[in-house]
Amino acid sequence: MIAHAIFFYVFSIIAVVSAIMVTASKNTVHSVFFLILDFISISCLFIMIGAEFLGMIMLIVYVGAVAVLFLFVVMMLNVAQQKNQWFISKDSSKHIPIGLLISIIIFFELIIVIGGWKYKPELFNSENQNIINSVSNTHSLGQVLYTDYIHIFQISGMILLVAMIGAIVLTFRQREGVKKQSYIKQISRERAEGVEVLEVASNKGVKIDD
Amino acid sequence: MIDIGLGHYLTLGAVIFSIGIIGIFLNRKNIIVILMSIELILLAVNINLVSFSMYLGDLSGQVFTLFILTVAAAEAAIGLAIIVVYFRNSGTIRVEEIDKLKG
Repeated sequence: MIAHAIFFYVFSIIAVVSAIMVTASKNTVHSVFFLILDFISISCLFIMIGAEFLGMIMLIVYVGAVAVLFLFVVMMLNVAQQKNQWFISKDSSKHIPIGLLISIIIFFELIIVIGGWKYKPELFNSENQNIINSVSNTHSLGQVLYTDYIHIFQISGMILLVAMIGAIVLTFRQREGVKKQSYIKQISRERAEGVEVLEVASNKGVKIDD
Repeated sequence: MIDIGLGHYLTLGAVIFSIGIIGIFLNRKNIIVILMSIELILLAVNINLVSFSMYLGDLSGQVFTLFILTVAAAEAAIGLAIIVVYFRNSGTIRVEEIDKLKG
């Protein structure tokens, strides 16, 4: 129990501090790295609470794909080093009190909701108690994911496909003067258009237009 | 303090959610940090869903966390593609210089 508490506090403090650093860091590359640290500590919390599959998937998807994508775009756009103008420029300083006020209000609303949370007594006895202790977390997730939630699963695959096509269409750029190989043209070439028999006059040669 | 319960995880989710909202409001540097704040907000929602799922003994929360992960990955890809196209066209992604709709 004490080990659980110690690990929870260590990982959550790391998560909160790195989340603050994501928004406050001057260098955008640093904030991407703090985002990675945040994801890693949250996935450690997931593994600790018993959701191992989600912790591992979180590591793969966020750290392996999304954070690398962020890092790639930050370095490609060359916007890493920029001045931090939170409290310097006059234009931006009038946003700060309103932003802080709204965030603090949202935080206290959430805390009020959590503090007033009481379990309904019949909630634990209802039908939806489908976590079985004899099989692993991944096994039981697979049992419901491919049976009860199969349509939503398929739709999420379609969402990923649409996102992929959209990203390619948005960033695709046709460049001028780039030579390409056309297989159709190569295959459909015939003897009549490829070979020409010429009468070569002596001492003059032939002109080949290409 | 020692006995870690559902409230601790929900508080952690609330703190990270609020930090994400602060990041959206206070950011003046570039849009990429705003996208990262949105990822933080989705992460806080995931923490809430997983902790409720484990404490109520219902797997639906974890299944929906999986779908939120999918949507977050798609959103990050599309958002970054839009940012790349915008940077190519206008040469800047500073938040205060993106005001073309202002008229």
